[in-house]
Amino acid sequence: MYLSSTRAADTARTADLKTPTIGRSVSGTVVALGLVSLVTDASAEMVTAILPLYLMYGLGLGFLQLGALDALYTGATALLRLAGGHVADRLGRPKAVAIAGYSLSAVTKLGLPAVGGSLSGLSSVIAVDRAGKGIRTAPRDALISLSTPVEDLGRAFGVHRALDTAGALLGPLLGFAIIAAIPGGYDVVFSTSFCLAAIGVLILVFFVRQPPTRVSRAAVSVRAALKAATAPELRRLMMAAGLLGLVTVGDMFLYFSVQRTAGLPPAVLPLLPLGTALTFMLAAIPFGRLADRIGRWKLFLLGHGLLLAAYLLIASDIEGRLVAAAVLLLHGLFYAASDGVLMAYAGPLIPAPLRATGMAVVQTAQAVTRAIGALAFGAMAALVQPTLTFALFAIALAAAIATGAWLCRPGAAR
Amino acid sequence: MSRSRIVAGITLIAVFVAAGIGYLGWRVATTQSAAAQTGVQLDRPDTMLYVEPGTNRVRQVRGDAVVGTGPACQRVYASGGTMACLRATAVPMASEVDLIDTTGKVLKTLQLWGNPSRVRVSPSGKLAAWTVFRSGDSYLAAGAFSTTAGIYDLRSGTHYGSLEDFTAYVDGRPYRSVDVNYWGVTFAADDARFYATMASKGKTWLVRGDLANRSLTALRENVECPSLSPDGSRIAYKFRTGKTWRLHVLTVATGADIALAETSHIDDQPAWLADDTVAYGKQDDGQPGVFAVPADGSGQPRKLVAGSSPAAW
Repeated sequence: MYLSSTRAADTARTADLKTPTIGRSVSGTVVALGLVSLVTDASAEMVTAILPLYLMYGLGLGFLQLGALDALYTGATALLRLAGGHVADRLGRPKAVAIAGYSLSAVTKLGLPAVGGSLSGLSSVIAVDRAGKGIRTAPRDALISLSTPVEDLGRAFGVHRALDTAGALLGPLLGFAIIAAIPGGYDVVFSTSFCLAAIGVLILVFFVRQPPTRVSRAAVSVRAALKAATAPELRRLMMAAGLLGLVTVGDMFLYFSVQRTAGLPPAVLPLLPLGTALTFMLAAIPFGRLADRIGRWKLFLLGHGLLLAAYLLIASDIEGRLVAAAVLLLHGLFYAASDGVLMAYAGPLIPAPLRATGMAVVQTAQAVTRAIGALAFGAMAALVQPTLTFALFAIALAAAIATGAWLCRPGAAR
Repeated sequence: MSRSRIVAGITLIAVFVAAGIGYLGWRVATTQSAAAQTGVQLDRPDTMLYVEPGTNRVRQVRGDAVVGTGPACQRVYASGGTMACLRATAVPMASEVDLIDTTGKVLKTLQLWGNPSRVRVSPSGKLAAWTVFRSGDSYLAAGAFSTTAGIYDLRSGTHYGSLEDFTAYVDGRPYRSVDVNYWGVTFAADDARFYATMASKGKTWLVRGDLANRSLTALRENVECPSLSPDGSRIAYKFRTGKTWRLHVLTVATGADIALAETSHIDDQPAWLADDTVAYGKQDDGQPGVFAVPADGSGQPRKLVAGSSPAAW
């Protein structure tokens, strides 16, 4: 306790020296961005949650069409994310690009009821919504990192991710509460969702400050971006994060496996992701602060150590609710120790004018390798026992953690 | 951040908060309680129940005339003086099924995990069955899809929570697989046997169930959402070809199978209006519509009402 408060006082002093306007507490911009994500996620998730009901009972569409839309929903946003990041840097205005992304998704909340039962209309609207999400993510994370002193980045991202996850938890509750109170009231879900999304855009427009950045054409050209992305430190980071992504089991597989090995009834399956999300929400801020104190990369690797423990628990094939609870706890802590923390670690490694591009590249590298990892796990689990697959992935994860520790060791050549 | 900017921001946000809450409040205030029921009488002859689009309320019609209004449900079915109403609840991914008698009294409410899919009542009104599905929800990753079908016995109070607890037989051998899903139960008149769809490893089977010894026997492949005719001799169902389903009628004793005159893609458990007519829901003009078609493959489909979940007895 003594140690941490002294350090906190120290960092406060340096922070004050560097940017006198920003105090010790997380800046207003970060809290505002967190609130933007909270209402936007609630807005998005309430629609996602009731979409199957709306398609089947509001429109009279069937299961197969539902599946096609589902696939689209998870469709590639990677390219748009890169584009969003780069345009944000190019214009020197991440806030403007983020506003465009959030507004695009807000408009689709009115578009959904407008297109009615047209399948192509529905697909287009959902695609636009996803595009909006892809565009805004990197500029938003760049805004967080640009408006926070380096010492406090972990905490700032922790605050943002906690609020973000709270929105994702609230959304479905809100959506179903409306449908229960107003049978067939899909219009009310859409109108509420639109109002929430619009409030998100307004908070962003009025209460998020665009940090001052100097833009020079040369500094943000594609070549400069490529050069920054391949700078030794960032390259090592991406190699390590990508390697860890490859051996990260997809969430869905993890939930299915936990349900089966722990011997839980299939009916609890929809509840399992709640365990992860709740833990993530509660642990995001303390883990962010911990990251600032002990080192972000260290915590990122420790988080993967927690994931490794979860794999081993599943591989041990022990039945019982306690095992399932422990796995979900570890899984939630893994997210708290890796999601925002990676961005907090990556931020200072990227030159400020290229912050959004760089973050988009890191996020995309992680997303792509995780998708490959999920595919690999699925293919392997079809061949051998799922528990054995988890054991093999645990070994691979341990190797990846060791490699990650070596690649990004302190004092590795720049 | 200037004072005027803060005031402008807060004012605009307040406008949207007020608009959102205002519309929500107005719609809540003008919505009757989901369980309210006025005038559905199951002993009225020549009537049909269906779920009205928009309000989700059960309507009872004779021809074009609405003669009764029931509770709000996603799916309704009635037979033997018992009405079953399956609806989504305020808890995400959960549903409940109300079993209601002729006077509108709720005899039993069961809580279920999943979104509403199908509901049926046996000809005697003593057994009820439901299917719920879990798919595309936001907590689980996209693409995950599963169904659960269960049965409740009003006589004994026995709750068969999931057909997955029954023993399934394919080609005479017990069939076990973790990926088994069941949906679309239909009851025989004897209150002991029923039919349903079993799916596993990309295949579907018509299974005949036996409540007494909790067993399921696979009879035939590619028969989904079966619906037994009032005389018990035929099964209307949806036959899958590639990515579309078409309504067929199978004669149980002979195995004779005919495609019905409805050529559109149909994703519904058909319901028999009489021994010669099958009703079903299909998308029509951007909303669900109830249609009927002759059960012998002749004639043409005709639209009855805008709505879904037709039921007659």
